[in-house]
Amino acid sequence: MKHRLTLFILAACCMAPRVLTAAETDPVSFINDVRPILSDKCYACHGPDANQRMAGLRLDTKEGAFAETNGYAVILPGDPDNSVLVQRLRSDDPDFRMPPPHAPRPITSEQIDTLTEWVRQGAVWEEHWAYVPPKRPAQPQVQNESWASNPIDRFVLARLEAEGLQPSTEAEKRALIRRLAFDLTGLPPTPEETGAFMNDARPNAYEALVDHFMSKSAYGERMATHWLDLVRYADTSGYHSDENVSVWPYRDYVIRAFNENMPYDRFTRENLAGDLLPNATVEQRVASAFNRLNQTTAEGGAQAKEYHAIYAADRVRAVSTVWMGATVGCAQCHDHKFDPYTAKDFYSFAAFFADIEERGVYRGRSKWEPIIDLPTEEQAKALAEIDAEIQRFQELYDEDRPELLTQRAEWEAETQARLASDKRIDWVWIDDKLDVGGKTEGGWTAVNAEEGQVFRGASSWKQTAETGQLTQHLFKEASRKVKVGKGDSFYVYIWLDPENPPAAVMLQFHTKGWESRAFWGEDVIEYGGIGTDTPAHRAMGPLPALGEWVRLEAPAEAVGLKPGVEVNGMAFTQVGGTAYWDETGVQTTEGQIARQGIPDNTLKALSAPLAVRTAAQEETLDAYYRSIAPELSLIRSELDALRKRRADASKDVAFCITTVSGPPRIMRILDRGDWQDDAGEVVYPNTPTFLPGMRGVNLRRATRLDLANWIVSRDNPMTARAFVNRLWAVFFGEGLSRVLDDLGAQGEPPANAELLDWLAVEFMDSGWNVKHIVRLMATSSAYRQSSREEEALRERDPYNRLLARQSARRLDAEMIRDNALFLSGLLSTKIGGPSARPYQPKGYYSNLNFPKRTYAHDADENQYRRGLYTHWQRTFPHPSMTAFDAPSRQECAAQRSRSNTPTQALVLLNDPTYVEAAKGFAARIMRYEAETPEARIAWAYRQALSRAPTAEETAVMSSLYAKHAASYAEDAEGAKALAAVGASGAPEGLNAVELAAWTSVARVLLNLHETITRY
Amino acid sequence: MQKLDKRVRDSLTRRTFLGRTLTGMGSLALGSLLRHGSTAQAASTAERWRGVITEPHVAPKAKRIIHLCMAGGPSHLETYDYKPKLGEMNGKPMPESFTKGQPIAQLQGRALTCLAPQHGFQRHGESGQQISDAFPHIAQIADDICIVRSMVTEQINHDPAHTFMNTGSVIAGRPSMGSWLLYGLGSESENLPGFVVLISAGGGQDQPIATRQWHSGFLPGQFQGVQLNSTGDPVYYVNSPNGVGMERQGDIVEASQRLNAMLGDAVDDPSIAARIQQYEMAFRMQTSVPELMDMSDEPQHVLDMYGAKPGDGSFASNCLFARRLAERGVRFIQLYHRGWDHHGGIKQGILTSAKLVDKASAALVNDLKQRGMLEDTLVVWGGEFGRTPMAQGSGRDHHIKGFSMWMAGGGVQGGVSYGGTDELGYNAVKDVVHVHDFHATMLHLFGINHEKLVYRFQGRDFRLTDVHGRVVSEILV
Repeated sequence: MKHRLTLFILAACCMAPRVLTAAETDPVSFINDVRPILSDKCYACHGPDANQRMAGLRLDTKEGAFAETNGYAVILPGDPDNSVLVQRLRSDDPDFRMPPPHAPRPITSEQIDTLTEWVRQGAVWEEHWAYVPPKRPAQPQVQNESWASNPIDRFVLARLEAEGLQPSTEAEKRALIRRLAFDLTGLPPTPEETGAFMNDARPNAYEALVDHFMSKSAYGERMATHWLDLVRYADTSGYHSDENVSVWPYRDYVIRAFNENMPYDRFTRENLAGDLLPNATVEQRVASAFNRLNQTTAEGGAQAKEYHAIYAADRVRAVSTVWMGATVGCAQCHDHKFDPYTAKDFYSFAAFFADIEERGVYRGRSKWEPIIDLPTEEQAKALAEIDAEIQRFQELYDEDRPELLTQRAEWEAETQARLASDKRIDWVWIDDKLDVGGKTEGGWTAVNAEEGQVFRGASSWKQTAETGQLTQHLFKEASRKVKVGKGDSFYVYIWLDPENPPAAVMLQFHTKGWESRAFWGEDVIEYGGIGTDTPAHRAMGPLPALGEWVRLEAPAEAVGLKPGVEVNGMAFTQVGGTAYWDETGVQTTEGQIARQGIPDNTLKALSAPLAVRTAAQEETLDAYYRSIAPELSLIRSELDALRKRRADASKDVAFCITTVSGPPRIMRILDRGDWQDDAGEVVYPNTPTFLPGMRGVNLRRATRLDLANWIVSRDNPMTARAFVNRLWAVFFGEGLSRVLDDLGAQGEPPANAELLDWLAVEFMDSGWNVKHIVRLMATSSAYRQSSREEEALRERDPYNRLLARQSARRLDAEMIRDNALFLSGLLSTKIGGPSARPYQPKGYYSNLNFPKRTYAHDADENQYRRGLYTHWQRTFPHPSMTAFDAPSRQECAAQRSRSNTPTQALVLLNDPTYVEAAKGFAARIMRYEAETPEARIAWAYRQALSRAPTAEETAVMSSLYAKHAASYAEDAEGAKALAAVGASGAPEGLNAVELAAWTSVARVLLNLHETITRY
Repeated sequence: MQKLDKRVRDSLTRRTFLGRTLTGMGSLALGSLLRHGSTAQAASTAERWRGVITEPHVAPKAKRIIHLCMAGGPSHLETYDYKPKLGEMNGKPMPESFTKGQPIAQLQGRALTCLAPQHGFQRHGESGQQISDAFPHIAQIADDICIVRSMVTEQINHDPAHTFMNTGSVIAGRPSMGSWLLYGLGSESENLPGFVVLISAGGGQDQPIATRQWHSGFLPGQFQGVQLNSTGDPVYYVNSPNGVGMERQGDIVEASQRLNAMLGDAVDDPSIAARIQQYEMAFRMQTSVPELMDMSDEPQHVLDMYGAKPGDGSFASNCLFARRLAERGVRFIQLYHRGWDHHGGIKQGILTSAKLVDKASAALVNDLKQRGMLEDTLVVWGGEFGRTPMAQGSGRDHHIKGFSMWMAGGGVQGGVSYGGTDELGYNAVKDVVHVHDFHATMLHLFGINHEKLVYRFQGRDFRLTDVHGRVVSEILV
C-alpha cells in the first residue's frame, strides 16, 4: 500500500502534458468509443473477473469506475488532470503507466486521447447497450421521404443524410430477383419467375415477389440452413468413432417451423423444453432433440464424469450464443473477463440441463438413446396389430394352469437331485462344430482323419505356425458359456506333430477380457509377461508327449477363474510347429452341469426347502419353469416368432434422439473447469444474476421451460436483438452489430443502434413473427439498393456500415451446389427425410474407425438433393462443403467465413457433382431451339445469370464451343467418357460430340465468379 | 492418377496462366486487368499470402516443419525412456502413491501392476542417448535428435488428445498449429498448399483421426491443411474429369479467367481478382501435384533408404513425399501414422509399428541433412500421449503424465536428452514440457513470439498457446 502511494506522488510529478487534437471537440460516445477501449485494454485486469482483478479496481461498472482510490478519484468528471485513470494512461513512468508496458494489448495514443476527452466532456456513463431492454425509438425525420419504403429505411436514411451521403439507386430488376431468390429460397429464380416479374407493371410487383418467395417451401430450407449452423446440427456424434446419430427429423422440424412461420417464442420453448410442455406432442419432443445436438463420445476408456462436464459446457456455450449472442461459455474456468458473467453463472446455467437423460460415454453402435420412434401411419398400424397378437399369446402363456404345478414339482425334484450330484464328468464345449455362438478369430481349419489326426468325432482343428511366430484360433462372447464350479478344470485334447513340434502351446480363457492363461513348453509367449508365473501367465510345465493324443488340463483356480465366474471364450495358441486341437471342455460335476443356464436367483429358490420358500421365490420358479415347460413350447415359439416379426417391422421405423427429463445430476462449480474437482459449491439452475431474473419460479427447482420462458420474456434484453441482428446479416451480409455471436462488451456497438432496437421491439410486438421481420427487411429500399461499389464510397465506408448500398457476396456452400443442380435440371425438390449422400472422393472416410466406414453415394433422386440434406459427418464433413466454408457443426457457428481458395476452384472444376451438373445443363442448352450456337449461349447466360451475355463474352464462349466441338469430333472416347460422368448417364438422343462441347461451355458458366455470387 | 503427357505438362508448367493469356489474348481482358488501376491493386493484394508476421519477433531458425505424428500413443517405455526399476517391479502392484486420484482410461477400477520394459535399451552415438532396440535406425541418428522425455498433456483419450496436441485446446473450432503457422508466415510454395497432411496406418489398433486436427477453425479457410493421398486422388478433386484431359481443362480455366476478368473490369470487385488468382493456383496444382507424387525421378538408392515403394501408401513413402514437399517450400507437413495404440501385445506391437516407421524416420532426417535442409527444417516425432507403466494384460493403457517426443533440425540441438520421468516412468518430474510449451518452442523456432500471434474471435484474442506456454530455450542451438 505504501509503495502505491509513492507511485502516485511520483506520477503527479512526471505527468505528461495533455495534447488536444481538433477531433476531440466532437462529442465522445461512451458506448461506441469509450467502452470498447476500456473492455479491450483494461477489463482483463480491471473487469468482471474477481480473481484476476488488480488493485481492487473495477472499470466495468459505474460504481467501480467512479470510486475513490486512496482518496483520489479514478474518474473525476470534467477534470481529466485530476482523474487517476487519465494520469496513469498518460504517465511517462513505466512503473506507473497503464496499461503496463508488457501488456498484450497496448493502447494507442488516439485511444488515450479519446478516454481523456470523454472524461473532459463529463464522463457520461451508460450501461452496455445490449443489457438495457430495447425501447422502440421514434422514427427519425428524413428529407428524402419518398425513398423510405418502411421504417427501416427511415433509420438508414437518417444516418446517411447525417453523413451527407445518398443511398444507391435501386438494383436493376434482373439483379433484384436473383438476389431475392437466393436470399429467400437459396435457389436462383426460375425463368418463369423472372419473366413474370419483368412483365409485372403493378406498383406492388416487388412486394408480391417477396411474398411469393416466402411462400415457397424452399424458404424454410433456406432459413433452416442458418439455424442448423447455430445449433450445430449434424448426422454424427462427433468425437472419436463419430457414429451416425439419427436426428434428421429435427432438421425437418426446423424447416417446417420456418415455413409455417412458427412464432420464435414458441419455437424457443419447443427447442429447449418441448419434452416439458404439457401433453407434449411428438413434434415437440422431436424439437427437444436440440438439447442433444452436442458432440458426444463412445470412446473406450473415456470417463463418463469428464464427458458430462464437457457436454454441460457445450450446452452453455451453444444456448447462450444461439439465443442471446452471449459468451457465457467464457466463464467456465473463471469469471468472464469482459462481461459480467461469473463462473457461478456459468454452472448455474449449465444446471438447467442437468436433468437431460444421457450417457457420458455412449455405447458404440447404439441408437444414442433416448430416442423417439416416428412410425408412419402404415407402420404404426402394422405394429399395433403385432402388439395385439403378442398380448393375446402372452395372456395364454401367463394363464393359470394347475397341471403346470404338478409338472414343475417333478422337474424340481429331478433337478435338485442332479444339482446335488458331485460325480465328475467331462462336459464338451467344442468338438467338431463351432456352435457356441459369439465371435471367432483365426484359422479354425477342420481336418478329417485322412488329412490329419483326429481324436474324437469326424474332425479336429489343425493349426500350423511359422517357426518363432505366434498363431492362434479363438472364440469369445459365446452364448453358450461355462459357469465355473469348484474344482473344475478346463481340458483340451491335443496332438503335436513330432516332425514339427511347437515351442509352446497356450490355453487362454475369456471373461471380460483375456486375463487367464496356461502354457506348456518354452516360456516364449509374451501374453501376461514372459518370466512371470501368475494366473495371467501360468507355467504348466514342459510340452506334453509328441505324436500321440494327450489331454491338457488347466485347473480353473490356477488361472484365476473363481467358482461362479462365467467363461465365454477360449483361445488356442501356439508358437511355431503343427498341432491338432480337438475336443475341448471342462471337467466338472453333474451338479455343475445342471447349473449351467439356470439363473442364480432360480437356483437359490430351488435350493430353498418348500417350508421356507417365499412367495417371490415361488414366482421366480414359476416364471423359469414356464420358460422351459414342454407344454408351453408352442406358445413360446409363437411368441418368439411374433417378437421377431415386431423387430423386423420396427427396423425401418424412423426415429430421432430426443430429450427425456430425469433426476438431475449434481452440478458444482468446477475450479478452473477441472471435472475431477469435487470440492466446489453445488449450484442450482439459475439465469445470469446481473440480468433480470426468472419470474414465477420461487422456491422450486427451475427447469428448462423456465429458462425458455425467461429467454423469450420481455425482460430479456438480448434475445430479440440477437435474432434480428442475425437476420439482418442474411439480407445485408453483416449484422447491424457485426459480431453476431457476441453482443457483449467485446462485440461491436451496433452501426445503427436505433434501427436494431426498433427491429427488436417490432419483432417482440409482432408476437415474435419471423416472416414479418423478413418481409420488412426484404421490402425495404435499403435492401433493394444496387450493390455496385463506387470507389469513393468504398474509401468512405469500406465495410458498408452506413448501408449506402447493398453488398455483393459469394453464395453459401449449399447454394452453390443447389444452383448448379438447378441449372442442370437434376435438382430434387423433395423436402426432408434421411440425409443424402452425394458423390464423395473414394477413401475419404478411410481414417474413421469403430466401425470402419464405407461410403456409397446415392444413385437415385437422393443424389440430387439440396445441399442442406448432405450427410454431415462431423470429423470428415463433405469436402466440397468444407471448401466453401460450411462449418463442421462441432460448435455453434453464427457466422460463416467467406474464403476464396484454390480448393474451391478444384471443386467447381472437377467434383463429379459439378461435372454432371454441367452435362445436364449442356443437355438443356442443346434442347433449346435455336439457330446458332450464339443464341444458345445467350439462353444459357439467361438461365445462369439472369442476363444476356455481352458480345465479348459470347465471343469467348462460342470460340470455346467451336474449339471443343472440333476437338471432341476427333476424340469419340473422350466425349463418351465425359457423358458417362455421374449416375444420370448420357442424356438420350443427343450427339455425344456436341454434348461434350456444350458441357465445356456449361462448365465455364458454373465456374464463373458471377455464378457463385449474389449481387 | 491420370498420366500426363510430359510435353503437355512441361509446357503448362512453363507458361503460367497470366503469361499464357497475355500472349494469347493480346489486348484483351487480362492485359487490361493488369493495367487497370484498381483491379491491379486488388490483384496484388490477392497474391500468395505472406503472413501477418512481417518482421520476425526473434531470429527464425526453421523455415518448415515435418511433424511425424505417431497416432495412437506410442509407449515411451519401449521407445525412448528406459526404466530398469520398472523391470524389477514387473508383476508387482504399482505403488498407489503414483496412481491415486490420477485420471485413468481403460484401466479404471482394475488392479494396477507394473509391466517391465518389453525391449532392451542401448546407448547410441557419441551422445550416448538411450534408445530402445526396437528402433535400430533411429538409434543411428541419436546424435541428430533431441529426445524430450518429460512431455505432459491434458487429455487421456485419443480424440481429445489429438485435438489438444494440434490446437492447444479441446474445444472444437480452434485452429490447428499448421493453420496458425500458415496464418503467421504464409507459405513459400507457389504451386502447392502451404499445409499438407499425409496419413498411413498399421501396427496397432487403427484409431480414427479427424479433420479437426488440421482444420483452420476460426481462421479463414485458406489456412486449412490439405490432405494428400498416396493412393486414390492425390488431392481431392485435383484430377480433371474423365474425357477432358489437361489441354481441354486448360481451355476451360482460360475461358473462365477471361470472362471473370471482363466482369472484374465491369463491376470493380476486388474478390474477382482474388478468384482469378485462385484458379491459377488450382490449375498449377493440377500439374504440380502429379509431378510431386511421381517418384520416378527418385533414384533407387533413395527409395531403398526410406524403404518406399511408389504407390504403396506407406509411412515410408509419405516420408519421401514429406521431403519432396519440403523442397517445394511447403510450410507445415504433417504425417500421421495410425498404429501405436497397444492396449495388448505391446511387445510385438511395438516391433510391428517400429518396422513400419523406424527406417523411414531416420532416412528422412539423414536425407534432409545430406541436402543441407535439416538446419532449417524442424522434424518432430511423437504421439498424442504415452502409455502407462502399468500392464493392461500384455499391453499398456493411455498415459498423459509423462511421455517422450523427439525433435531434430530447425534450430534444435542434436544429441541431447531433455527432461525426465520418475523411476517408474509415470510422472514427468524433471524439466516438464507441456504441450503448450512445445507449441511455444515450435513458434519460437519460426521467429514467432507465441504471445503475439493472435486472432480476434468472439471478442477475445486467441493464441495457439491459450494463456500458457514457455519456450524450452535449453534445447535450442
